[in-house]
Amino acid sequence: MSETLLLTGGRVVDPSQELDGVRDVLLVDGEVARVAPSVQAPEHARVLDCDRLVVTPGLIDVHVHLREPGEEHKETIASGARAAAAGGFTAVCAMPNTEPPIDNPAAVGFVAAEGRRAGAARVYPVGCISVDRAGKRLALIGEMVEAGAVAVTDDGNPVMNSGLMKLALQYTQAFGIPVADHPEDLTLSAGGHMNAGIVSTRLGLPGKPNAAEDIHIVRDLLLAETTGGHIHLQHVSTRFGVESIRQAKARGVRVTAEASPHHLILTEEAVEGYRTEAKMNPPLRTAEDREAVRAGVADGTLDTIATDHAPHHYDEKEAAFTDAPNGIVGLETALGLILTHVVGEGILDLPTMVERMSCQPARAFHLPGGTLAEGAPADVTVFDPVARWTVDSNAFRSRSHNQPFEGWELTGRPSYTLVGGRVVWER
Amino acid sequence: MSETAPSLGKDLVGLESLGREELTAILDTAEPFKEISERRIKKVPVLRGKTIVNLFFEPSTRTRISFEFAEKRLSADTVNISSTGSSVTKGETLVDTARNLEAMRIDMVVMRHGASGAARFLADRIPSNVVNAGDGRHEHPTQGLLDILTIRDNLGTLEGVKVCIVGDVVHSRVARSNIYGLLTLGAEVAVCGPPTLVPGSFRELGVEVFQHVEDAIQWADVLNILRLQLERMEAGYVPSLREYNRIWGVSTERLEKAPHDLLILHPGPMNRGVEIDSDVADGEHSVILDQVTNGVAVRMAVLYLLAGGRPEKAEAAKKGGGPS
Repeated sequence: MSETLLLTGGRVVDPSQELDGVRDVLLVDGEVARVAPSVQAPEHARVLDCDRLVVTPGLIDVHVHLREPGEEHKETIASGARAAAAGGFTAVCAMPNTEPPIDNPAAVGFVAAEGRRAGAARVYPVGCISVDRAGKRLALIGEMVEAGAVAVTDDGNPVMNSGLMKLALQYTQAFGIPVADHPEDLTLSAGGHMNAGIVSTRLGLPGKPNAAEDIHIVRDLLLAETTGGHIHLQHVSTRFGVESIRQAKARGVRVTAEASPHHLILTEEAVEGYRTEAKMNPPLRTAEDREAVRAGVADGTLDTIATDHAPHHYDEKEAAFTDAPNGIVGLETALGLILTHVVGEGILDLPTMVERMSCQPARAFHLPGGTLAEGAPADVTVFDPVARWTVDSNAFRSRSHNQPFEGWELTGRPSYTLVGGRVVWER
Repeated sequence: MSETAPSLGKDLVGLESLGREELTAILDTAEPFKEISERRIKKVPVLRGKTIVNLFFEPSTRTRISFEFAEKRLSADTVNISSTGSSVTKGETLVDTARNLEAMRIDMVVMRHGASGAARFLADRIPSNVVNAGDGRHEHPTQGLLDILTIRDNLGTLEGVKVCIVGDVVHSRVARSNIYGLLTLGAEVAVCGPPTLVPGSFRELGVEVFQHVEDAIQWADVLNILRLQLERMEAGYVPSLREYNRIWGVSTERLEKAPHDLLILHPGPMNRGVEIDSDVADGEHSVILDQVTNGVAVRMAVLYLLAGGRPEKAEAAKKGGGPS
């Protein structure tokens, strides 16, 4: 199926090999065959002219919600995989908070099979930590790993029971997978709909304080430290949370962590006017928190940029703020947003961006890819770093449009997305 | 529509966005309307032919009745919808309810809703005028206006007047509307109550925060005492109503220690013996019933101005004409 492809003349940015220069990239039989200043095109090879384009190891998003099974009106595994490819992602990790939840090997197998059938970005299933995501006892983690799960999480819910989290961090060590947690102490955030602060006071909306996230992050770090397990902290949004992770890493705790594009770019002011498209969990916080998240991504405290792609039907977001669900879609805006507002503002350079969006997601979740080394899977993202475009959710491949960046002018967008040596998306 | 400023615009969603001129225009317009309610025939044709829907998603007695009197005294045709027995309870969304009303060609909606921001949501989606009759814990602008009018009536000014709002401030839309309106009109504002219900973060709105009602009484010219809902005790914000009364209740004994007499307001309904003692509620400095009277006048003024009436013509309008 996979053809021989030659990408010519692109700026190849591959931090895994400390490579940043104009190279040709030859892909044969689904693998990277050669990366060199000049490669002769083999017979029958398709040649993609990448002059003035950037060629990187395929982008990987370790945090997406594809809603299938159960909420196919919001997204399906196929539509999500296509949205990922259109956004320049070659692989995504699908969260298990579906209906029913992905808490058993059969369900994991379903996600993996649907992902393969979509034939777009790779879809890696993530299983639940606990049976039915109920936070009571461990799910069949070993069997789920055998069926293809690359991590476990009860995302959507935090693991409130510290004893259960400790067991999960111990048990998963037998399988070498991370335990991903949505850090939120629900007893502190209960009833909250946005960041607790001056904006929530003015709008009369109940708030979620930073402390709800901070306490949970610190607890998870302590449990990872005492068990030796691998904790992956999702969508970190607070100043104290970033600092706590930084200190834990210095102590040698096995922790990886995410930042989302929206927490890197927006603050709680985006909620003004009760804009439900800016409602997500954790909420957008203050400029001080945003600066800390930016610093965390810059110095590597936060290893990965992950979208927390959370599709919702427009009927659900077209409601009073307190009635609307949390979450925004991100797969098709992430690269443009990060190039424009994070790289463009000098917070990350291009190689570091590729680290956070490709190399480190692969390392954190032990996934193939994240490199263009010879023999690696031919998962490649090619993007035009200067193309200007306007965010228009009607053009999304995702089934949902909910996001606060509509109409934003961005610079930089994907040109080709290659998975296993196959062009799964091109502009 | 009026060609002269200040105009309220299409809607009254809250007092936060209104300037001194707009607020003063409403208060000044309410003055001539007060007299209508004192007449034997309490009706003028100002809103004749206008259709107003009172859409109440939360139970309300006094606000709904006050609006209804205001509408009827201005000769509007009114329909009342409450959440019980309406399609709202059958799962219809707010936006569908609004569109259906709009399709029946109404002129104004007065809405009470449990969600903060619901009034803004509705106002952004229908061309009719929307008057917020309370949205969640966000704002209750006509209550704020009637409180402010009552203070101005009694003290002659708002400039430099010290108003302390006592009670469950964090959950209160009345508190927020009072804070925004009073600060814009030059008053000084404080809030007082148990820190669980009056968090220090309110200082960011530009108000003083007192933890002890004795300190508030020493400071204030006016106390606006909020109702303490039983559910706050059940949710654990205060251990008991008795303890609340002992520590934060406004009593004659406490008021006697003030350096001068305080004006006493309460937006109602009162829990006598909890946040306010009966002798205070019924005492000579209580203007609680003036608030109720002013409520009708303020709501008449708001409806008149949103319908395009001009403040300077209110006196003439009440003699017979419609909005200019």
